[in-house]
Amino acid sequence: MDKLIYLDNNATTKVDERVLEEMIPYLKEEYANPSSMYDFAKKSSNALKVARKQVQEFVGADNEKEIIFTSCGSESANTAIKGVLANNKTKRHIITTAVEHPCVLNLYRQYEKQGYKVDYIGVNANGELNIEELKEKITDETALVSVMWANNETGIIFPVEKIAEIVKEKNPQTVFYVDAVQAAGKIPMNVKNTKIDMIGISGHKFHAPKGVGALYVKSGTIISPLINGGHQERGRRAGTENVPYIVGLGKAAELAKDSLDYESKEVKRLRDKLEQGIIKNIFNARLNTAPTNRVPNTTNIGFQYIEGELILLHLSDIGICASSGSACTSGSLEPSHVLRAMGIPFTALHGSIRFSLSRFTKEEEIDYVIEKMPQIIEKLNRISPYQDELEALRNLK
Amino acid sequence: MWDYSEKVMDHYRNPRNVGKIDNADAVGEAGSLACGDSLKLYLKIDNGIVTDAKFQTFGCGSAVASSSILTEMIIGKPIEEVRKITNKDIADQLDGLPPEKMHCSVMGHEALEDALKNYFNDEMEFNMSETQDKLICQCFDVHESQILEAIETNKLKTVEDVTNYTKAGGACGKCKSTIKNIIDEYWAKQDEDKPKLTQTQKILKINSVIENQISPELQKDGGDIELVDIEDNKVYVKLRGKCSGCKNSHMTLKVFVEQTLQEAVSKQIEVIEVQ
Ligand SMILES: Cc1ncc(COP(=O)(O)O)c(C=O)c1O
Repeated sequence: MDKLIYLDNNATTKVDERVLEEMIPYLKEEYANPSSMYDFAKKSSNALKVARKQVQEFVGADNEKEIIFTSCGSESANTAIKGVLANNKTKRHIITTAVEHPCVLNLYRQYEKQGYKVDYIGVNANGELNIEELKEKITDETALVSVMWANNETGIIFPVEKIAEIVKEKNPQTVFYVDAVQAAGKIPMNVKNTKIDMIGISGHKFHAPKGVGALYVKSGTIISPLINGGHQERGRRAGTENVPYIVGLGKAAELAKDSLDYESKEVKRLRDKLEQGIIKNIFNARLNTAPTNRVPNTTNIGFQYIEGELILLHLSDIGICASSGSACTSGSLEPSHVLRAMGIPFTALHGSIRFSLSRFTKEEEIDYVIEKMPQIIEKLNRISPYQDELEALRNLK
Repeated sequence: MWDYSEKVMDHYRNPRNVGKIDNADAVGEAGSLACGDSLKLYLKIDNGIVTDAKFQTFGCGSAVASSSILTEMIIGKPIEEVRKITNKDIADQLDGLPPEKMHCSVMGHEALEDALKNYFNDEMEFNMSETQDKLICQCFDVHESQILEAIETNKLKTVEDVTNYTKAGGACGKCKSTIKNIIDEYWAKQDEDKPKLTQTQKILKINSVIENQISPELQKDGGDIELVDIEDNKVYVKLRGKCSGCKNSHMTLKVFVEQTLQEAVSKQIEVIEVQ
């Protein structure tokens, strides 16, 4: 394939060249175990320190002891959630949202089987969380509340700083975990000014390689390790540190922090251009979320009366990568739990497409998508059995 | 990313016979917008021959491809032949579909069946009593007859298979135990329907299945099988050549031998390997 327009950055991102460059020495000559005593290990042990500092600054933590390196976002979530619950066996109530990532939701399903009570807080048609309901659910028995910072499918931002205040006000003992995987690199994070206890991030969502992540644990919050063994990460995550990847994570964090301004202006401008270009030119396209309160790079658009996988396949044929909340792409037979929780009408539910940009997205790429999209959708509209319904929509616009 | 065949890709890229026939002699529908895929099939029938067919599909790549190839398969064919088409034929014509996508071929077949039913209803009696057909999967509106047909045509053995082919059980999963019962009952009945064999007949049958069905299959991969003894329903075999030694291939091998014998002779058969 010659042309590649990558608009699926919420799935994963391209590794930044500068990140790769920092990593290379640690894959080649600087291979020492950072725990070793000889001089040769100084460089790798120093590299860990630098990376920890970079991640600390990226999330806005008070000190670097609050950062634990992990292998991915899922490990961060598992460490946080299991680590807290293992430490507090008497309280068996959890609150989360209906639209969390599967790495969190499926874990809670397991806890339900063990007899935990889990409340899943719903969202409105715009994708926004029902905070009043969340507040009411908190009791003395609530061990943990977990809410994602930004949703991977819609890009909707949840007000986690405010939710942290609410949680601590109602029950100071309740631990608050935030899945920040989709917020990291897209919006500023400054955990030290909040009452958030823990956040999880994943490198491959902000131009570090796959297979490295981090967990922030506020000083004073005690968790049991997920992986027992050596003393690495202050006993909270055993296993010889993945030095090259941690170095990559640190560099990516530094770069991401520096480009937050660009994200909020330029990436947002391109996202808005794409979104408006599509919705203006295509009569059966609708924005699936509120236009506000979103990370700057994501848009989720529903194409009524046509199916998402078919759209993706046709986009792929001309080099455009996006993703869909349709059942057909996942093999699960059921469309996205996020869009269903929002009550997206089923006329658009199965034809929902997510475009997610990055700081590497170019204007001409966006122009190309805006130009090509109407032809593809027109072609697919003609195949649809819902011609009368489509005609009615066309006349409406 | 699905592993679609070239043919599937060709058909979703360039679907044939898209559209509507205004004065169609038969129209068939399957699926629904809420469930995520649906299909409308229009037929023109002249002197017992399908002279034209068109379709409109809401669905994924394989749903469009299944519909498109179905129209090609039936145009110019006598109705009697068209009636015999199964979902498996549709999938085969596409050089196969991923297992999770088999329900797309089933949808094509259902629309065809629906069209023919409507056609014959107009012309004469059609022996379908829908009232007795139990609704099994509420989420995807799948009835018992559809599940049984998928089991029979495609020799399905597990709930997962049935879900892949009919979607039943793929959402809330409440009907999974009912589906399991349908599968078990179907296969138990198949066993009953087989003529009861005397022990001698059974031994002869086992011998012939091993010789004519199993052994040639294994020889293709450079292995072979030797029948050692039969004791009631226990079949003792020795595995030779390339097949022996590898633990993993042994498992699949034993499963293959056992399934083939169970299907041909009796469900009670148990295969035991001797060294
Ligand atoms: C919101 C959210 N949480 C967690 C994860 C899991 O991250 P990882 O793939 O690094 O385990 C993802 C990745 O898709 C995500 O989008």
